Amino acid sequence: MGKEVIKLEDIKRDFKVGSEVVHALRGVSFSIMEGEFVTIMGSSGSGKSTLLNTLGCLDTPTYGEYYLDGVAVRTMNKDQRATLRNRKIGFVFQNYTLLPKTTAIENVELPLLYNPKYSRKERYDMSVEALKAVGLGDRLEHKSNQMSGGQMQRVAIARALVNNPAVILADEATGNLDTRTSFEVLVLFQKLHSEGRTIIFVTHNPEIAMYSTRTITLKDGRVISDEYNGKILDAAQALASLPVEKE
Amino acid sequence: MNFANLFRIALKALSNNKFRGFLTMLGIIIGVGSVITMLAIGQGSKKSIQAEISEMGSNMIMISPGAERRGGVRMSRDDVQTLKVKDFEDIRDNCKYVTLVSPTVNASGQAVYGANNTPTSVYGVTQEYLDIRGYKVKDGDVFSDQDIHTSAKVCVVGQTVVDVLFPGGEEPVGKVIRFGSIPFRIVGVLESKGTNTMGQDQDDLMFVPYTTVMKRIQAVTYLQGITCSAISEEYTDQAIEEIGAILRENHKLKEGTEDDFNIRSQQELSSMMTSTSDMMSTLLAAVAAISLIVGGIGIMNIMYVSVTERTKEIGLRMSIGAKGRDILSQFLIEATLLSVAGGVIGVILGIVAAYVVKVLLSYPISISTGSIILSFVVCTVIGIFFGWYPARKASNLDPIEALRYE
Ligand SMILES: Nc1ncnc2c1ncn2[C@@H]1O[C@H](COP(=O)(O)OP(=O)(O)OP(=O)(O)O)[C@@H](O)[C@H]1O
Ligand SMILES: [Mg+2]
Repeated sequence: MGKEVIKLEDIKRDFKVGSEVVHALRGVSFSIMEGEFVTIMGSSGSGKSTLLNTLGCLDTPTYGEYYLDGVAVRTMNKDQRATLRNRKIGFVFQNYTLLPKTTAIENVELPLLYNPKYSRKERYDMSVEALKAVGLGDRLEHKSNQMSGGQMQRVAIARALVNNPAVILADEATGNLDTRTSFEVLVLFQKLHSEGRTIIFVTHNPEIAMYSTRTITLKDGRVISDEYNGKILDAAQALASLPVEKE
Repeated sequence: MNFANLFRIALKALSNNKFRGFLTMLGIIIGVGSVITMLAIGQGSKKSIQAEISEMGSNMIMISPGAERRGGVRMSRDDVQTLKVKDFEDIRDNCKYVTLVSPTVNASGQAVYGANNTPTSVYGVTQEYLDIRGYKVKDGDVFSDQDIHTSAKVCVVGQTVVDVLFPGGEEPVGKVIRFGSIPFRIVGVLESKGTNTMGQDQDDLMFVPYTTVMKRIQAVTYLQGITCSAISEEYTDQAIEEIGAILRENHKLKEGTEDDFNIRSQQELSSMMTSTSDMMSTLLAAVAAISLIVGGIGIMNIMYVSVTERTKEIGLRMSIGAKGRDILSQFLIEATLLSVAGGVIGVILGIVAAYVVKVLLSYPISISTGSIILSFVVCTVIGIFFGWYPARKASNLDPIEALRYE
C-alpha cells in the first residue's frame, strides 16, 4: 500500500449566515493514498467546493482533523497554511485564473516566486518542464490573452504542477471547456496520474468519473458513496473517437 | 519570500498597467516638480537679495522724515518737512560713528538732449552719496564742493540716460542736457550697475548737487532724506543713537515725545527683506506641499481601486502560497515605486522648470541638493503612508472570497 496523502476525520464545516447556521460539511471522513485519481461528485450545494477548500488548506474545518502528507492542518495558523499550500498543493480552478497580460512562463513560475529556495534559473527550468508536461513547450512566451480556453487551462495545470505538490486539486477544471477540450484536459490528468501524481477532481459531470480510479459522492455535506472504479476508461481513446469538428 | 522576488512581482504588476501608473504618478510629479521649482525660486531670490545688500554695504543708515503732527493731523510723507540742511551738516560735523553722509532730494522729470529725451530721476546729493551706494564714475568726474556751494547746474549721469540721449555714441562729458527747463552740464558718467533684485534699473538716474535740486528744481528748504554710513557694521547701533540724539536736539523734541524722523539701518532692511523672501519661500513651499499631499491621495485612491480590481489576482496569489504580508509588501512596494518614480520625474521637471524661469524671466534661481533629497524622502514616505491602507485591505482579503470575486 502507498503512502496516505490525505486523511480526513469527521470534518465539519459550519457557516454562519445571519442568525442561521449552514452545515456545509456534516462529518466527512476518508483517506486518499498517493497516486489516486479521485473524483468528487455531488449536486450543487452538496459541499464539494467547501471540501476542496478544506483539502487545499484555504479553509479550516469547524470540527475534525485533517492530515495532509502526515501534517495536522487544523492547528496551523494562516501563514503556515500559506506555506503548506505553496509546497504541497497545486490548485486548478474552473476559470483558469491566469494573471492578465502575463506570459505562460511567468504564470507558471508564480508559486516558485513565493518560495525563496529557488533561484531564478531553477524557476525558469522548472516552469519550462511543467509547460512541456502539459504540451505547451512551444508557447512559453504567449500572453494569457493570446491563448484558447484549453491552453489557458493547461497553463493553469502546469502552474499547479510546477512546485511538485503532494496533491493536485481541481474544482470544475473542465467546467468552462467544450467537450473536445474537456477531453484533452482529461487526457492530461490521466497522463499525470500515470506518472504517479495524486489528483482530486471535483465535478458535476458523472461521465468524468469514469476516467478516474475512485469516486466519492457527497450529498448535503455527507459522503453517500465512495467507490473504486473497476473499469477505467481511457480519455485518449474517447478523444480520438469524438467526431471531428468542422473548421 | 525574499524582497527581490516581491520587487519583481510589484514591478511586473506596474508594467502591466503603465498608463494608469503614469496617471497615478502625475500628482506626485506635479507636487515634487513644483516643490523643487518653488524652492529654487525662493532660494534664488533670497541669495541675490543677500548678495546685493552685502554689495551695497551693510553699514548704510537711512534717515527719513516722519510722523510730524500738526494739530493731530498726520502728514503724508511728501509733506513732512522735518529734515533740514542743518541736520545733515550737524551729522556730518558731529557724529564720530559716521564716516560718509549725504542729503537726498529727488525729483523726476524729462531729460532732453537735442531730439532725444527720456524720463528719469534726479538725485540731489553730495559726492559721498556715490561712495555710500557704491557708484563709480567711469568718465569725467563727480561735481565738486564748489559746485555744491554755488548750486551749479552740473550732473553725473547713469548709463541708461546716456544710451538714450546719445544714441550715436557721442562723448557725453562736457555736453549740456536739459532737465525740465534747466540746462545741466554733464561732468561725469557712471559705471553701469545693472538692475537690482526688485527689477529697478540702477543706471536710470542723474546725480546733481543737492543744493541745485533744492533751489533750482524744487524750491524747497527741507530734505527728503539723509543717507550715511557708519564707520563699520559693528558701530551701526551707536551711529543710530548718535544721529537720533542730534536730530532730537535740533528739532527741539521734548523728553517723551515721538521722533519726527525715522532711522533705518541696512541691517534692518536686509533682515526685513530676507524675512520677506523667507516668508515667500515658505508660502510657495506650502502650496507645493499641498499639491504633494493631493498627489499622495491620488496614489491611495488608485491603489484602492486597483486592490478591488485585482481581488481575483490577490486570491490566486494567496491560493498558491502568498502570505498576507507578501501581498501587503507587494502593494506597498507598488505604491512606493510609483511615488518614488513620480518623485524622480518631478525632480527633473522641477529643475527644468526652474531653468526655464531663469532663462525666460531672468529670475535668479538656486537649486539645493537638500530640497532634492527632501523630495525623495517625502515621496517614499507618501508612498508608504498612502499605500498602507489599500495594501492592508488587500492583505486581509479572504482567499476563498477573493477567488470567487468577479
Ligand atoms: N462562505 C460561505 N458562507 C456561507 N455559506 C456558504 C459559504 N460557502 C459555502 N456555503 C454554503 O455551503 C454549502 C455548500 O457549498 P459549496 O460551495 O461547497 O457547494 P458545491 O457543492 O461546491 O456547489 P456547486 O456545485 O454549485 O459549486 C452551500 O449551501 C453554500 O450555500
Ligand atoms: Mg462548487
